[in-house]
Amino acid sequence: MSKDIRIKKGLNINLMGAAEQATSKAVLSNIYAIQLSDFHGITPKMLVKQGAEVKAGEPLFYDKNMADMLFVSPVSGELVEIERGERRRILNLKILADKTQESFVNPTLDVEKASKGELKASLLKGGCWPFIKQRPYDIVANPDTTPKSIFISGYASAPLQANVDYVLQGKEKEIQAAITALGKLTPGKVHVSVGSSGDSPFSSLKGVELHKVSGPHPAGLVGTQINKLDPINKGELVWTVSPQDLVVIGEYLLTGKYNAERLIALVGSSVKSPKYYATKIGAEISTFLYASGVNEENFRVINGDVLTGSKSKPEGYLGYYNNTVTVIPEGDDYELFGWNKPVFDKISATRALTFSWLQPNKKYDLDTNTNGEHRAFVVTGQYEQVFPMDIFPMQLLKACMVKDLDEMEQLGLYEVAPEDFSLTEFICISKQPHQKIIREGLDLLQQEIG
Amino acid sequence: MSLKSKLHELKLKYQGNKMAPAFNAFHTFLFSPDETTHPGGTHVKAADDLKRTMNTVIMALVPVLLFSMFNAGYQHYSAINGFPVDFSVMRDFLTWDNFWIGIIKVLPLVVVSYGVGLLVEFIFAVIKGHEVEEGYLVTGMLVPLIVPIDTPLWMLSVAVIFGVVIGKEVFGGTGMNILNPALTIRAFLFFAYPTWMSGDKVWVYGARERAEQILAGTTNADAISGETILGYLAQNKGAEMSYSVSDMFFGFIPGSVGETSAFLILLGGLFLIFTKIASWRIMVSAVLGSLVMGLIFNQIVDFGWIGESSKFYGLMSFDFWKHLIVGGLAFGIVYMATDPVTGSQTNKGKWYYGFFIGFISVMIRVFNPAYPEGVFLAILLMNVFAPTIDHYVIRGNIKRRMKRLKNATIYPKDSEGKAEELKAETV
Repeated sequence: MSKDIRIKKGLNINLMGAAEQATSKAVLSNIYAIQLSDFHGITPKMLVKQGAEVKAGEPLFYDKNMADMLFVSPVSGELVEIERGERRRILNLKILADKTQESFVNPTLDVEKASKGELKASLLKGGCWPFIKQRPYDIVANPDTTPKSIFISGYASAPLQANVDYVLQGKEKEIQAAITALGKLTPGKVHVSVGSSGDSPFSSLKGVELHKVSGPHPAGLVGTQINKLDPINKGELVWTVSPQDLVVIGEYLLTGKYNAERLIALVGSSVKSPKYYATKIGAEISTFLYASGVNEENFRVINGDVLTGSKSKPEGYLGYYNNTVTVIPEGDDYELFGWNKPVFDKISATRALTFSWLQPNKKYDLDTNTNGEHRAFVVTGQYEQVFPMDIFPMQLLKACMVKDLDEMEQLGLYEVAPEDFSLTEFICISKQPHQKIIREGLDLLQQEIG
Repeated sequence: MSLKSKLHELKLKYQGNKMAPAFNAFHTFLFSPDETTHPGGTHVKAADDLKRTMNTVIMALVPVLLFSMFNAGYQHYSAINGFPVDFSVMRDFLTWDNFWIGIIKVLPLVVVSYGVGLLVEFIFAVIKGHEVEEGYLVTGMLVPLIVPIDTPLWMLSVAVIFGVVIGKEVFGGTGMNILNPALTIRAFLFFAYPTWMSGDKVWVYGARERAEQILAGTTNADAISGETILGYLAQNKGAEMSYSVSDMFFGFIPGSVGETSAFLILLGGLFLIFTKIASWRIMVSAVLGSLVMGLIFNQIVDFGWIGESSKFYGLMSFDFWKHLIVGGLAFGIVYMATDPVTGSQTNKGKWYYGFFIGFISVMIRVFNPAYPEGVFLAILLMNVFAPTIDHYVIRGNIKRRMKRLKNATIYPKDSEGKAEELKAETV
């Protein structure tokens, strides 16, 4: 039975620079990169050498711990560089794209009839498996396991995030194929959440549990929806897939080709004309950034949204899971008496001479300034106002900081991903790095308990 | 070159230096820092920081401080010349003479409290190499408001040093302490120098001096009596008090420097609730707690279980709601009980925590023969119990999670499943 999710606790961060619903085709990128930082916990073992020619969808490397899991090239071209960091850890794989693109074609399956094992093998081989992530630990799903259910959030509530309904237009066939396949990977349900208004391409799907979500951010985060519908217990697994990645999976299942094309939203107050671009995973950000124009010289490019994205630069590359690139001004400047004067141009969860509560719908131009220094936890009861899960946020953070495994387990660390703590991090008066604390806690828990 | 860039250069010069925290404390006081968000976290942050939070509490205290400066003079002159007939706020209260007494008596307390406390904070920051944290900004303002007006400055300095070092720094500084530092300072004063902290000679400026003069035979003037309402009730004198309910509510009564005006404290409390800085849960439940305890005592008197001869009669028969407008209860509830570090940290826990503060405050008031005020002891006691309250609240959450665990659906790994199939075949 489908259940609607209504969230009261939360905060919408209204920023300037939302994408206009119009799509341009991005200039073709010369270099495409796979950034290993996108795959937390994956240890790559290369399958091809530097200088090798690969086709789009041809495997580049596999994971050391799950040898079946292949990671493929988004385009056809030459692997020109394997960028390494400390202790020769691989950071980026750069592929110089061919003028004419060739795809590596895998044999197709009849999704309706295929067995669980056949589907798994096909997705692993075709490089589509890394799109499936698992909780606990917020990592790429282990193909050897079976989740109790699969969650897909078709509702974007994070600031300036790409509109799911818009980017998925006309992709119903692919999505249905992907959903049918995912449905076979779990004995449980495939939960899909959509916004309460608008026509979602998800609303006509077969084989899903459709839920309507409403309320402020983080209503659209999949972690919130899991917590409200089917919370994760110790030992249980839940898989999540983001909606745009369903399209890649679906197209692969239908055609046997890995197609890295996607619509991304270029947003943020530093972008002159924020809108959607058709590009590919791993493309250079500059290929579409300068087409829209930037307003200032000192800006920050973020792969993702302002709360959970990773810092990049114009020469950087589009992340593996991203459908949003945000550009906002850097805030590396001092502000005279910034701590006590009335504030009208910034968002706040309090009313301590901050006036964002007067105009809940006003759009703000926030920069990257921390608006204060890092401090110990002092204020209490604040995170709870924006944290809709049945979890004590500050107590869980503290348990992670002191590495108390029992407490981490008991307070619900299995149920959360770093992104669930992005809003508490945003409003944190003590400017604590919540997402980092949770990430380290999850890593420790995985390492100790597995 | 602008001040901004000059300071920036100085900051770079001091970087890594031992004195860097001290310099940064002044720098960040003038300019909020140029720090940007770290990659991997949120890229934007809300406008509030700890300085703003503490500043909001100080703003809520400023009216109380100003009132207390006038009241210092008003109580002093009224004790000498008698209370004015048909009292007028403008003519009898908001006068320069009254304010002058505030300047020479209250302001030094504020200056010494901040000076000594911040000095200790700076020394610790430099020794430990961390930034100067803002906790003392509020503590430094609270301390002068909760001591008797005639507290000698050296005594205050000793107490502040003790309170900041033992009450806070040994635990690791702001955010780590178990007891409210301001109340630790108050408790130190109370137990180290009891004659200066209670009785009827400390609440009005000049009373103690006059008493000493009388004792030494150097003056023929009358003694200045400046006992608090609670002190009066505790002695069970029985006769009518000279203070009206409106005097009590607006605060034209003797008492610790800043505790007297329930009206301004109420406004401060509403401001703190509105700005979402202090917990309304603690305030509301503490008020409820004190009313309940007061009602219980009133009932005991009504049932006749206790006679007028009892030494508790005076305070027990005091109307239950009046407890909120005399003594330090209102001040304690609004500004001290709501300290987020030492209070209960869970929303549910705050209800219990606040309730018991109100409840125990009134209880101590009535039963403590030496000192008819209990709010600071009640808050310190509940500071100690706050982690226990939170523990049980959090246990409740954990229990729910454990209950759910019974219905967990865990599937075996594919590889394990195959192993079982193989086993079945061989059998």
